[in-house]
Formats: sequence, structure tokens, C-alpha cells
Amino acid sequence: MSSAVVSTSAALGRPFVFDAKAVPEMPLPAEPTEGRPPQRVRPGLSGTRTDPRLASVTPASQLDIRPAPEIVSSGIPALDTLTGGLPRGCLTEICGPTSSGRTTLLLAALAAATRRGEFCALIDASDALDPQSAAASGVELDRLLWVRCSESSPQRERSPRRYPSTPLRAGSDTGTNSLKDQIQSRSENQTEHRLEQALRASDLLLESGGFGLIVLDLGDLPQQAARRIPLTTWFRFRRAVENKPTILLTIEQHPIAGSCSSLLLQLGSADELAAKRRQNVDHGTSRGSVAKNGQVPEERKKINLPAQPELDFLYPSHAQLLTGFDITAELIRSRLDRKPARSVAFEARTAWAG
Amino acid sequence: MPFACIYVPNFPVAAALRAEPELQVRPIAILEGKPPLEKTIAVNKSAARMGIAPGMTKAQAELCVELALRPRSALQESATHAALLDCAQSFSPCVEDAACDTALLDLAGMESLLGPLPEISRAIHERATSLGLVAHVAVASNPDAAVLAARGFPGVTVISAGKEAEQLGPLPTEVLFANRLEELQKEDAQKHDVQKDDEQKKAAVRLLQTLDRWGIRNLRGLAALPEVSLSERLGQEGLRLQQLARGTASRTLVPVEAPPVFEEAVELEHPIVLLEPLAFLLNRLLEQICARLGSRALATQELRLTLELENLTSSHQPSAINNQQFVRTLRLPLPMLDAKVFLKLLQLDLNAHPPGAPIMKIHLAAEPMHPRSAQGGLFLPPSPEPEKLELTLARIAGMVGADKVGTLELLDTYHPDGFRMRRFVAEVARKSPQKKTPDSAAATAAVTALRRFRPPLRVNVILENGQPVRVACAKKKEVQGDVLWKAGPWRASGDWWEREAWSRDEWDLALRNDDAVSFYRLVHDLLGGGWFVEGTYD
Repeated sequence: MSSAVVSTSAALGRPFVFDAKAVPEMPLPAEPTEGRPPQRVRPGLSGTRTDPRLASVTPASQLDIRPAPEIVSSGIPALDTLTGGLPRGCLTEICGPTSSGRTTLLLAALAAATRRGEFCALIDASDALDPQSAAASGVELDRLLWVRCSESSPQRERSPRRYPSTPLRAGSDTGTNSLKDQIQSRSENQTEHRLEQALRASDLLLESGGFGLIVLDLGDLPQQAARRIPLTTWFRFRRAVENKPTILLTIEQHPIAGSCSSLLLQLGSADELAAKRRQNVDHGTSRGSVAKNGQVPEERKKINLPAQPELDFLYPSHAQLLTGFDITAELIRSRLDRKPARSVAFEARTAWAG
Repeated sequence: MPFACIYVPNFPVAAALRAEPELQVRPIAILEGKPPLEKTIAVNKSAARMGIAPGMTKAQAELCVELALRPRSALQESATHAALLDCAQSFSPCVEDAACDTALLDLAGMESLLGPLPEISRAIHERATSLGLVAHVAVASNPDAAVLAARGFPGVTVISAGKEAEQLGPLPTEVLFANRLEELQKEDAQKHDVQKDDEQKKAAVRLLQTLDRWGIRNLRGLAALPEVSLSERLGQEGLRLQQLARGTASRTLVPVEAPPVFEEAVELEHPIVLLEPLAFLLNRLLEQICARLGSRALATQELRLTLELENLTSSHQPSAINNQQFVRTLRLPLPMLDAKVFLKLLQLDLNAHPPGAPIMKIHLAAEPMHPRSAQGGLFLPPSPEPEKLELTLARIAGMVGADKVGTLELLDTYHPDGFRMRRFVAEVARKSPQKKTPDSAAATAAVTALRRFRPPLRVNVILENGQPVRVACAKKKEVQGDVLWKAGPWRASGDWWEREAWSRDEWDLALRNDDAVSFYRLVHDLLGGGWFVEGTYD
């Protein structure tokens, strides 16, 4: 989306662009001159007298044009055809449920960045990175800084809480369910502690600078905890990465950054995405085809099996091999270039598939 | 050949003032000896005007309320002496360590590099001041004349060649024996402790008394004496003194290669309890060390902080505390020379590992290294600044733990999660960019990634004919459901000769949860007997 430049002349009903040919001559107010007729001058031109009514207007030729962000490859050619790549100096969100391909895309982006010679940082809120998968994806591990958020810290910093605390559960039964509540409360506190570490580490790394790609992995964070991140945090991240050659990438289950993200991708199977669109249209009346009788429809999830076009439970399990699955990515929003929402599918293969 | 001399007068006082510059406006006296029999050995001008003199007992000196009493610190004097040599060696490679308070430089050939002799001497004086030294600088055509001029004239003195006798003439004869007399005065102060019978020092006093009886009170008078008569009465020593007074003595320097020791220390009058005043003192020590390293074009990659604690009584302190000492070592990934960064790193480290007791003494040492050299480029990809990155990593380590931040290194093992964390250094050997080949398209295809659960989730598995058909996890409700598809088992084991032997069966499962199908890796621990979900394919 190009930045719209609106001059005050629009409010006065005059053209936007200050082109010498487009703008008519402006008659000056009558001045008491001896023997000199009043001069017609063009406003905004240097070396000429200007109409005082146009003194606050700046010619378009003198305005700064915001340059378009640099786009780099995401490491997956099919995805690059959809979005053009990942933009530098912007926040990109990648959303999707479990087994939708988020981590695959994350590692592909890291591999592409490290291949370019850039240093990358991964803020892992759930400590979920698999080193073997990273190495198999081509990530140069020497160039990757891995921050592993944990439930405990050596020393809690004594600073005012910046992020919302866990709200009390309304109507909690302190009698028979007290143990469950305690366990759930402890789990929520641990999640909140991880989230706080992840956001603080992101702040520090964005401020430090020098990284080509910073990934904030919130993929395993519960939706409730992720939604409690205030929008001001995302706005701060966006401002921190602006005008810098750094790609800020977040991985989550649902979009949470709102309008702060310049690029939003939704991952999942084609049928799931279609079901989601129908749900958005029909307000929850239908979510597409639902698997019945314990069988998954063919179009729901494609699994690459050797000579096995359909799911079959009769074959022994040792004859099966997970060789990969198809990933569908849908472009939900892009502030870089106005394109209609569309999707693309690509294949991810396991490391042992060859 | 010109020679320069840097002389620090009243050396014990100068060493104390270098550690505590705020005492310069106060009268100060240095004590030495075993308590309670300490005696003053050196005083500054303010204390001398108040009547405090070397040799007074501590009790006598304490009668002056405004007087600041400081014990003599060998460590501070050693650091001051090292700073003096660093200052000298930053101007000339040929430096003689004449005394603890005197350094001689050979300035031959330096004029073409550093400028005229007056400029060089002023630069030496400024450098000494920047290192916390109040020094006298003198330049002459021979070393002894330079020493006499530095000891006799304050500030900066330049003696032209051939005019040594004229310029040194007004100096008192005591300046010829200053070094010996200072040592004798200190021994008088400790007379009750040590009795030293040094004929040379006593002979110096006798010579001085003889010259005084003759009415010779300055070097001009000594220089004017007839040589034959002088040698008949005072011998060769008299002739030597006359040559010094005339400025005609000549000798070669004995250069000394000082060991590169960069240490600073401060002893505290009152113990420090809070970290903020400790940071103030550390900042001063770090600035002095960095100035000394910078004067020799060096940097450091390791800082060692030793704190002497007061009355350490608890026994549960970590092993770094031994004999009431608390040691922290800061190892940097690259040689650096930024006092502010060092201070911040030390503060973060002390916040994470507090001493646990009041601090009586601070000792800081830096390991010298050659500074790093890097060739920047316009088209190179961005990389983090080492100093900024080190601070950032220290802050993050304070939040998540030092073992939870860094880069990972795969271990040479078949264990699925075999890796270790190591320090992240933003300096990797540049690799040439790989050219794109027709086969590279397959190489850049997406690789299905595993997303691990740490620790693995314990699950309950229902088996049919030895194969899982349903999985349920109490901790994570999303990981449960009927098994729609499975592949396996694949058996893996290793380290059977170690205590950490492992053996497992792995399954790849597709589970349905609500409307979604997710893929998991299920593991059966053959040694422990439990079932775990290790991760999800995402």
C-alpha cells in the first residue's frame, strides 16, 4: 500500500500535485504599485513570490517519499511467489494450528537468512526448537542465537510489571476443584513467565540491532495468553524494527498483532482454510466437511505415502513412512503491495525422505 | 641524544591519591607499621602546613581532625608504578625503571615522530596526568641531568644541550642524595622495628654535612670547586657528584621490559555493603586500566575481579569464595577496550552473583591482548556490534539463565536431542556465497520440522496388537485422540556402555483433535517403560 500524501490544498479544493503546468496562475491581491500591473505567479516555485494563502503547503517535489521495504527470499520459492518474500524493517506474522507447517517455514526462513551471511535470533517461548531439524533445514547454527525461555529464571528482575497479569478466574470453586485450580494457576503463571521473558528478550535484541532476522516463536502459547499481549507491545516492536535491515517474524496460532504487522500469512490445509472462510461468512454455522466415523477425508490432509493414495489401516504400521505433508499458505494481509487474498500450496518433505 | 625523566614526587601519597582523587583537597598522611605502632611515612603539602611530619605516631596524627589517614598499600604503589612505566613506554621503546617513582626514556629518533622536545615533554606530562599521576617531566642530553631536573623543578623542564650546569646550578645539594635520604628517613621512622647498617646511606649523610660545612649549598657551588682538591678530600665519590652537578655525567640506559601486568586495587576504609558505591569504585578502576591498556595499544579479553570480604561466616557460599575472597572472572568473546561496557557487564554479573558479605578491598586485573582488527565493507550483511551484543546477552542471561542463551552445537551422537549450548560470537569466517546450480532447487525444498516438547509429555497409550490406537495426555489436552494413522516402530538405542544408556521405539502418529489432524512423534522408553510424546511435526 503506497503512502498517500495529502496536502492541505485538498481541503481548499485545489489539485494535489504541484505541477507547474497543472496549477493555474494565482492572481495576487491588489498592491499599490506605481505603474506596475499586478503579477500572476505560480505558487510554490522557488524564486517567485508566493500567495500567502499557500504558505503552509509544501510542493510534492519537496516531500520525502517513504521507500518501499526491501524484500528478501523466505527460503520457500512457492511462498515467494505469493508474497514476494519477507520484508525488512517490518513485522510479519505467520499463523496456523499445530502441524500446519509453521516451524517448517520458520526454519526455512532461518536457513535462507544464514545462507545470506546474516546473523539470526530465535526467541523460543516454549523451548521447542529441534536442533536436528534446524540442521537438516540448512540453518548455519553458528549464526543462530537461540534464546530458550523457561519457567524459572536465575533472578527475577525487580521491575514494574509491564505485561498484564493472569486474571482471576471468575466463579472458581475453591472446594473440590482447588487442586485443579492450583495446577491450572501454576501453569498459567509459568506460561506468563515464559511470555514475559520472550517479550523482554525481543525488546533487547531489537534494540541491540545487527540481526538480519529475529523470530519470536509463540507457536505453543495458549490463545488466551497470546491475546493478552497488549497492542502497544506490537507497536513498539514495529517501531523498533522500522528503517532497519531486520526482519521481525512471529509464529503463533492466531493473529495477535493486529494492524502492526505488515504481512500476515495463514497456514493450514486448503480445506481447513476454506472452512474457516465459510465460517467467517456463515458466522459459525458450518466449518466445512467434518470427519466422520474416524476417517479423514482425502482432501483434508494429504500425506505422502509410497503408492498409498488413501489412508489404509490394514497395512502394517512398519510399512508406513511419513515422508512429508503439503502446506497451504494463504495471504491474509499485505501492506506492501495490494493483492487479493490468495493461497499457495507447497510440499515439505521429512529429512529421511530423501 | 635526548633523555626524558618522569618523576612522581612523594610517591606513597601519590599512589593513595591516584586511588582516591577526592582526597587531593584534604591533608593526607600515609601510615606504615604494625598496629597500634603505626607511624607516618609520607604527608602531602596540606598536612605539612598543619604540622604533620613523617615519623609521627598515629595517635599524634589523629589529633588533627581534618587529616585523612591511609595505610600504605603495596598494591596501589605497584599499580602506580606500572602506570608510570606504561606512560613512559607509550613514548619510547627504551625505558629504564630507575626507581619506583622514576622512569627514564631514551628519546633518540622520537623528534621526527612526536615533534620537538618541548612538545614531547608536554605530551608526556599530559599522558601522566590522564593516568592519574602528578609527575614532573624533564628532558636533558644525559639521563642523570634529566633525573636531577625532574627531581628539582616542578612541572615540565627542558634543558638545552650544553647548558646543564647553568640550569641545574640553582638546585640544592640535597637533590643529589634525594633518593638515598628518602630511604634513610623511612628507616628512621621504623627504627624501633628494623635496624639497618647501610654504610652507603650514612656516607651520603656525611657528604652532605661536609658540603654544608664548606658553605656549598647548591650545585653551582659544587660545580665550581677545583677537581683536584675535591678528589683529595672526598675521593671518587666527590668527583662523581661534581660531574652530576655540572651535568656532564654520561651513562647508558638499562632498558627494562616491564611485564604486561594491568592491575588496579583499592582498599576501603569502611566496608561497602551496596552494589552502587561498588560500581562507582569499579568505574574508576576500569577507567585507569583502560587508559593504561590504551597507552600501549592493547585491549583485554578477560577481567578478573577479586573482592576481599569482611567476616565471612556462612559456609554455603560457592567455591569461588575462598579465604574471605570472592572472585568473578569475566571472559569476553573478543578483545575489547570500553570501560562503560566492562562496568555494565560486571554490574550484571554481580547482580546475578552477589558477594554475600561487606567488601573491604577491591582488586581488578585485566589480561592484555592485541586488539581485534576487522575490515568492514559496504556490501556486507549486517552484524551485531560486539560490545552491544555482549551487554544484550548478559541481560538476557540474567533473565533466562546463562545456559539458556547462545548458539547450539550438535553432538556426535545418535541421541535424538544430542546438542549443547555454547557462547554466541558474532564473528564467523566469511564463507563464499554458493552459486545456484540446477540441483539447488531440491536442496532448498522445505524440510518438515519437528517441534519438541521439553520435557517430553507423558501420555497414556492404549495398545491393540502392540500398536497404539489411542493416546491421551493429562497435561496437554490437545495431545489426545484416536490414532488415525501411524508409522513405526523404529528402534534406536545408544550409550549402552554409559550410565545414561537409552533405548526407545519411535512412532509417527496422526491424531485427530476436534476438526484438526496433527502429527506427533510418540516414543516408548524401553528402559523406563513409559510412553512420551516427544514433539509435533509442524
